[in-house]
Amino acid sequence: MSQDAHAPGIASGRLTAEEYAANFADLHPPLSDHEALVAADRCYFCHDAPCMGACPTTIDIPLFIRQIATHTPEAAARTILTQNILGGMCARVCPVETLCEEACVRMSAEDDPVEIGRLQRFATDRLMAAGPQPFERAAPTGKRIAVVGAGPAGLSCAHRLAMYGHEVTLYDARPKPGGLNEYGIASYKAVDGFAAREVEWLLDIGGITLELGKALGKDLSLDALTEEYDAVFLGLGLTDTNKLGISGEDLEGVVDAVDWIAGLRQAEDPATVPVGRNVVVIGGGMTAIDAAVQAKLLGAESVTLAYRRRREDMPASRFEQDLAASKGVCLLFNATPAEIRGGGAVAEIEFTRTGTDARFTLTADQVMKAIGQKLGDTLGLETDGRKIAVNGTGRTSREGVWAGGDCASGGEDLTVTAVAEGRDAAEDIHATLMGEG
Amino acid sequence: MADLTTDFLGIKSPNPFWLASAPPTDKEYNVRRAYEAGWGGVVWKTLGEAGPPVVNVSGPRYGAIHGPDRRLLGLNNIELITDRPLEVNLEEIARVKADYPDRALVVSLMVPYDEKAWQEILARVEETNADGVELNFGCPHGMAERGMGSAVGQVPEYVEQITRWVKKHYQRPCIVKLTPNITNILAPARAAKNGGADAVSLINTINSITSVDLDNMAPEPTIDGMGTHGGYCGPAVKPIAMNMVAEIARSPDTAGLPISGIGGVTTWRDAAEFMALGAGNVQVCTAAMTYGFKVVQEMISGLSQWMDEKGHKSTADFVGAAVPKVTDWQNLNLDYVTKAEIDQDLCIKCGRCFAACEDTSHQAIAMSEDRTFTVKDEECVACNLCVNVCPVEGCITMRELKPGEVDPRTGMTIPEDKRTWLQHPNNPGADPLACIVRGQ
Ligand SMILES: Cc1cc2nc3c(=O)[nH]c(=O)nc-3n(C[C@H](O)[C@H](O)[C@H](O)COP(=O)(O)OP(=O)(O)OC[C@H]3O[C@@H](n4cnc5c(N)ncnc54)[C@H](O)[C@@H]3O)c2cc1C
Ligand SMILES: Cc1cc2nc3c(=O)[nH]c(=O)nc-3n(C[C@H](O)[C@H](O)[C@H](O)COP(=O)(O)O)c2cc1C
Ligand code: SF4
Repeated sequence: MSQDAHAPGIASGRLTAEEYAANFADLHPPLSDHEALVAADRCYFCHDAPCMGACPTTIDIPLFIRQIATHTPEAAARTILTQNILGGMCARVCPVETLCEEACVRMSAEDDPVEIGRLQRFATDRLMAAGPQPFERAAPTGKRIAVVGAGPAGLSCAHRLAMYGHEVTLYDARPKPGGLNEYGIASYKAVDGFAAREVEWLLDIGGITLELGKALGKDLSLDALTEEYDAVFLGLGLTDTNKLGISGEDLEGVVDAVDWIAGLRQAEDPATVPVGRNVVVIGGGMTAIDAAVQAKLLGAESVTLAYRRRREDMPASRFEQDLAASKGVCLLFNATPAEIRGGGAVAEIEFTRTGTDARFTLTADQVMKAIGQKLGDTLGLETDGRKIAVNGTGRTSREGVWAGGDCASGGEDLTVTAVAEGRDAAEDIHATLMGEG
Repeated sequence: MADLTTDFLGIKSPNPFWLASAPPTDKEYNVRRAYEAGWGGVVWKTLGEAGPPVVNVSGPRYGAIHGPDRRLLGLNNIELITDRPLEVNLEEIARVKADYPDRALVVSLMVPYDEKAWQEILARVEETNADGVELNFGCPHGMAERGMGSAVGQVPEYVEQITRWVKKHYQRPCIVKLTPNITNILAPARAAKNGGADAVSLINTINSITSVDLDNMAPEPTIDGMGTHGGYCGPAVKPIAMNMVAEIARSPDTAGLPISGIGGVTTWRDAAEFMALGAGNVQVCTAAMTYGFKVVQEMISGLSQWMDEKGHKSTADFVGAAVPKVTDWQNLNLDYVTKAEIDQDLCIKCGRCFAACEDTSHQAIAMSEDRTFTVKDEECVACNLCVNVCPVEGCITMRELKPGEVDPRTGMTIPEDKRTWLQHPNNPGADPLACIVRGQ
């Protein structure tokens, strides 16, 4: 430990270089060849496999695992990528314990699923190491499509459209593409700049022009886009966050977890990222877990994750909860934040026991809010109350405008869901533009 | 605890597990350690004539077939007989036998088709005090090209002639080891019996090419770019070996000829099965080559436990017990009807039974929205494929329809008596009376 390990307040450099390196290493290290073969041999090649149904992108899991088992991991990767062009990222970030692996019949058999996620990573890593993305573009169609938002939804949509021979302009407000893959996902899930590498690899298909630093609503208008392009796809994600609405929320040291994580993800070296000595994270989802775990990994002395309902109600999976606990995060349930106090900077936070008058206070020099994200501008489109309303293939209330991913109604807020929705919208756009829709 | 002591041709061993003539028994060092590990006996690696020993390849000599998790299912080899000098082997055999009088030690032999050659080597073996000899008429590669091994085993006349010579020049038991590379195993078995053999042992390895190197376009194992067929053994050959053992055990002219069962014995259960089909003991090679000598401990403990459970006091109690149940197809009861039944508590809903039955059998398994799999009795022909492909042991079983029950597939009421093809109305050569009696 470095000498600043217990520095009060918010400070960087709490750990030694070795500790940072160990803490921010791969959460699920890649499988070796041998491990992959052993893991692949466990697949039963189920009929109409339940795991496939549990995958939002419906990857043919038994087939790709069999391809690994027969020493053709590149073929396995093509099986994966045909359904999910971000199969590499999904292999790293999918909460498989609530998706494919939960559905694996070996859960009923032995309570121990086939390691689908890690096998998927094995195959996609192999193919990506071997060369460029494997899809070819069809003959040019002359159609032009604007895709706004270069997150998983937008990237997946753009790639599929490019494959069909359309010309795509991919806009994003941020300076880098990737969306939350680049700015949000926990560092230890996508190490070594994987998000950026994957985007570069994907764009190699050609036919996609990247326009960064262009925000819809500021630099671009939906009217102009619908005018100029044959179709528009919106993959804007959720750009606003919910407020606590309690006193002290504006004190120094109270941060949005999503912003704080973005800062961490963009830091060259975790040693430069400041973190509190006593951190309290408020929320119960994946963002809350990621913020709490990474605060701990940065050397915070105590990290408490306070969730206002019961453990059973927590959106984060049991696996995520256990991960946090194993890193030393203290999980607190039935705790509703009441007031944040401090003279200028935060010093403590008071909670009520949810549903009672009982109160208690925790010391905190940093409070991270992770109580949910929401849609920014609705752009005049109909919403379902929370998100842009879309039908099953992503059509919005406005003709010629599709949407998918976190900003659109339906589906869970997950990378893989965004990929599926972007892909399906691309299929519908293609069919519509080519007169088949 | 059950008594595993076995008396095979008067050769006593503490258990029926012998190591087959092969690399595990190629030298004193191995055989001593095998005995220490608990093996009941060994058949020493095949000896050849005096003079310059054979020369083996110095590149890879084995190829393999693997199952899931790289379990070795089948092994093939292009090794020849021992490549160590005859004198060295004989000295070692004598020494080991003297130190382990309670263990079986049989010497495997292969010399050219010449009475004098056999007479000479037998005299030398006699001096070692080994318990008997095994004639290697099985090796399918290399030696066969020189007119020995399976080249002899494939010609019943040669088998009989050499066996006669051996019985004439050697006093102790003579086992003839048979090659499976032949259409009917009964021909060489009869020849061995006619020549005076005390027993047959089978099988030796099966001609095979296990794999092809697709980069070099050559069979494996590959020696400097070329390959040759080798002898196949291990778990994969067990069904072939057991059938041959059973044929000899049940055929009237060879029945009663003692058999040493070989081919894929890997667990106590494999041994029990060979012995139930008439083998007085078993020999093991690949299992030892895969897992080391220690595997015999599981064979010993497993066989004793099973014998205790079944009340068998000695191995003789069950040797051959299944032989009367091995018959020709035409004697099977065609009115015997079973139906597959899926235990819903054990089912893990993988759907493999459905895929197998729907795509390749009789469309007799229904799959519901929630992945419940059930057998349609009116379609099920009881083929057993679902049982075989189900990954959960005991999940799918066969229920026997009792006399009086109606088979919903055929509408037939199960009769009290049985009807084989010989009595079946569809058989043009059937006994008409049988049909009339049944009102058909
Ligand atoms: C901290 C955190 C951790 C997460 N961890 C996981 C995880 O482990 N596994 C998992 O499956 N999911 C995880 N998620 C959820 C997952 O990241 C999202 O569901 C997914 O990224 C949604 O993809 P998207 O393309 O819809 O949106 P985003 O990834 O949010 O991308 C939207 C893009 O649109 C751009 N944009 C927004 N507005 C405009 C505009 N007006 N003009 C131009 N561009 C604009 C943004 O800059 C951004 O690049 C996590 C989310 C967060 C916040
Ligand atoms: C490498 C190797 C060499 C063998 N050499 C001989 C031999 O010299 N003499 C012989 O009678 N059988 C030989 N065999 C055959 C074995 O004794 C045995 O019959 C055969 O392997 C089947 O038994 P298993 O399935 O237990 O291996 C050899 C087998 C192998 C694998
Ligand atoms: S459910 Fe499990 S065993 Fe069956 S195919 Fe999917 S991964 Fe393989």
